[in-house]
Amino acid sequence: MNLQRIRAVALKEWKETTRDRLFLLLAFLLPALWLVVFGYGLVLDVEEIPFAVLDRDHSALSRDYLYRFMQSRYFSFRGYADDERVLGRLLTETKIRAAIVVPERFEEQLAAGEPVAVQTLLDGTFPLHTDIAKGYIIAINQAFTEERVIDHLRRSRGLTQEQARRLVRPLTVEVRYLYNEEVRSTWSMVPALVMFTLMLASPLLTALGVVREKETGSIYNIYSSTLSRAEFLTGKLLPYVAISLVNVWVLWLMAVTIFQVPFKGSLLFFFAGSVLFVLCGTGIGLLISLLVNTQMAALLITMVVAMVPTILFSGLLVPVSSLSRGAQFQAHLYPAMYYTDIVRGSFLKGVGLDVLWINLLALALFAAGLGLISYRLFTKRPKA
Amino acid sequence: MTNPGRATRWWRRLSALTWKEVLQLGRDLPLLLFLLYSFSLAVYISGAGLTMQLQNADLLVHDADHSRSSRELIHRFQPPYFRFRGEIGDPRLGLRWLDEGRAMLLLNIPPRFHEALVGGEQTAVQLLVDTTNAPQGLSAAGYAVRIAGGFGADMGLASLGLSAEEANLPVVTSAHRVWFNPNQDETWFQSISHLLRMITVFAVLLPAAALVREKERGTIEQLLVSPLSPLQIMLSKIFAMAAVILICAGIAVYGVLRPIFHVPMKGQAWLFFMLTALHIFTTAGWGLVAATIARNQAQVGMMTLFLVGPMMLLSGVTTPYESMPRWVQTMMTVSPLRYYIDVTYGVMLKGAGLDMLWKPVGAMVVLGGGLFGFGMWRFRRQFE
Repeated sequence: MNLQRIRAVALKEWKETTRDRLFLLLAFLLPALWLVVFGYGLVLDVEEIPFAVLDRDHSALSRDYLYRFMQSRYFSFRGYADDERVLGRLLTETKIRAAIVVPERFEEQLAAGEPVAVQTLLDGTFPLHTDIAKGYIIAINQAFTEERVIDHLRRSRGLTQEQARRLVRPLTVEVRYLYNEEVRSTWSMVPALVMFTLMLASPLLTALGVVREKETGSIYNIYSSTLSRAEFLTGKLLPYVAISLVNVWVLWLMAVTIFQVPFKGSLLFFFAGSVLFVLCGTGIGLLISLLVNTQMAALLITMVVAMVPTILFSGLLVPVSSLSRGAQFQAHLYPAMYYTDIVRGSFLKGVGLDVLWINLLALALFAAGLGLISYRLFTKRPKA
Repeated sequence: MTNPGRATRWWRRLSALTWKEVLQLGRDLPLLLFLLYSFSLAVYISGAGLTMQLQNADLLVHDADHSRSSRELIHRFQPPYFRFRGEIGDPRLGLRWLDEGRAMLLLNIPPRFHEALVGGEQTAVQLLVDTTNAPQGLSAAGYAVRIAGGFGADMGLASLGLSAEEANLPVVTSAHRVWFNPNQDETWFQSISHLLRMITVFAVLLPAAALVREKERGTIEQLLVSPLSPLQIMLSKIFAMAAVILICAGIAVYGVLRPIFHVPMKGQAWLFFMLTALHIFTTAGWGLVAATIARNQAQVGMMTLFLVGPMMLLSGVTTPYESMPRWVQTMMTVSPLRYYIDVTYGVMLKGAGLDMLWKPVGAMVVLGGGLFGFGMWRFRRQFE
C-alpha cells in the first residue's frame, strides 16, 4: 500500500465526481430531502380507516354505539348503506376498508341483558392493517360493553355506579413509555430514516465506480499501471466514503435541530458506528461494480439489493423481533439491522458500547468481509 | 407513396430498433440472471419469509405477589402477540434488558395483588413499554391493557357468580368477516407487494438507463441521423423493456404466486397483464423525463432512486395510505404505483373488472400521457 498512489486514485475519482455537478448535487441533496419528506410524511400508525355502516336497528343505542366509531380518530366515516350488497361493492372498489352491520333488536337485546354479536366486514388485502383494524374494533366494543355491564349491574343488582364500576374494572394498568416518553412517531422514525437514506444512497455512489471504467475501457490504464489492487479499491472508495460521512453529519444535525429528536448517547460511538456502516454501504456498491459488466446492470442490482432488504428487514417499519424466523435470519445477513439499533440506541435510549458492542462488531465484520471479497474478486487481468 | 406503406415502414423500423434493444439486454448475463432472480426466488423469499403482523413482543415479568391471580394474569399474555421471556427478581435487571433491546415490555405485579382482587379492592399493575418504535410500542401496550382489563372484569364478575362468556350479560362482540383474503394469509400480500416493487423499479430504471447509455456513448447521434424519429427511439426502449418486464411478471405469477402460494386470480388474467403493461408505460414515463435531464448513467441512477424511494414507501404498499397526511396523498397522485396497487389487488384478490377500476386506470392513462408528452418535448428540444 502506497499512500501517494492511493491519493492519486482518490483525487482522480474526486475530480471526476465534482465535475459532474448534477451528480454531486444529488449525492448531497437526496439524503437531506428524503429525511424531510419521510420524516414528516411517513406515517405508520393506522388511522382514518374508511368505513361504512349498515344500521338495521335504527335505535338510540345503536346510534350511540356507531357514534363511537365515527368520532374515533382511527376511523373515518364514509356513509350509511341500506343493504349488504352496497357494502360489498364499496369494499371491492376500495372506497372503504371496513363495514359495520348492526343487527336488528340490538337495543332490545342489550337492554334485556343479552349478548349481541355485531358483524364487521373487513378488507383483508393488507393483513397487517386488517389486524390493527380488528384490534380497534375490539377495543371500542370493550369500552361500550363495560358501560352496558355497569348499567346492567346497577339496575339488576341495585349497586351504585361506583360499586359496579369497581366490580367490572378492579384492575388498572399504569403504562409508562420509555425512551420516547410522548410516543412521538417522528422520534422513532427519524433515527431509522438516517439509516434508511444512508443505506440506499451510499451503495449507489460507488456502484458505477469500477464498471464505468470497464465499459469505457479506461480500466486498462489501471491494469497496466503500477497500482496494486488494494490501492486501486481504496482510492475508489475514499471520495464516496467522504461524501457519505458528510451526509451523516448533515442528517444528524437535521434530526436534532429540525425534528428535535433527543440525542442521549455518545457522539463518538454514533460516529464510529456510522463510519463502519458507510463502509458497508459503499462496499456493497463496489462489490456489485466488480461483478457486473455494464453500468445498467450495476444500477439495477444495487438499487434492488439496497432497497428491498432495507425496507423489509432493517427494523425501519417492523421490529426484527416481530418478523418470522426465516425473515429474522435474513435480517441478520444484512448490515442495516445492526445500524438501526445503533442509531435508535444512540438517539433515544442513550446506550453505547456497553450494550451495543456486538452490533459494532457485526458492522466491522461486514465491512472487513466486503473489503476482502472485493479484493479477491478484482484481478488486474482482463477476463478471457 | 401511400399511407399504409409509410405506417408499415414506421413500425418495421420501430421493431428493428426494439429488437436491437432486446438483443443488447440479452447479452448482459449478470443483468438477466438478476432479473430472473428478482422475479422468482426473491418473490418466493419475501412471500414465505415475511410476516409483519404484530407479534412476539418480548415480555418480562416482575411478579412480587406469586399468587394464583398473578400467575393467571401472566398466563393470559399469549403468542402470537406476546412472547414470555421469563420472570425476573429485580426490576432494575428488567430495565437493563429493555435497554439492550432484549425485551419490549416489563410487567410489574405489586405485592398483595391477589388479596386486593379477591377483596374487591381496586389495584393496578405497572407496564413499562419500549417506544423506540412508537407504533409497535403503542399497539403492544394496547393489547396488554386489553388483556389486563379482560382479566379484571372476569375476576370481578366471577365474584358475583357471573361470567362474560355466558349469556347473562349485555356484551357486544364482533363477528369479523374478512373479505378477499379470509385467512389473512400474509404470503399473498407479501409476494404481491414484492412483485409490485420489482416491476416499478425496473420500469423506471431500465428504459431510462437504456436511453442515457446512448447519450453517454454518443451513439444517440447516429440514431438521430438515421431515418428514425425521436418518438421511435424512445418507444423502442420502452417496448423492449416492457416486454422483458411483462415476461418476468408472468414468470412470477405463474411460477411462484399461483402454484406455490396459491394466490387467487379472481379477475381476468389478461386484464391484469394489460394493466401491468399500462403501469410499466406510465412508470417508464418518469424514467424518460429523468433520462432527458441526465447526461450519464450515474445521474440517472441517482434520479431514479430519488423518484422510486418515495414511490415505494408512500404509495401504500408498505404503509397505510389512508392514514398519510394530506400533502403526501397529494404528492402521490403522480405516483403510478399508487393506482397500480388498487388495480393489482382489485383484479387478483377482489375479482374487480374495468367497470370498478376505471378510476385508477383512467388516472394512470392521464399520468402516463402527460409524462410521455413532457418527456418527448424535452427530448426533441435537446437535439434541435
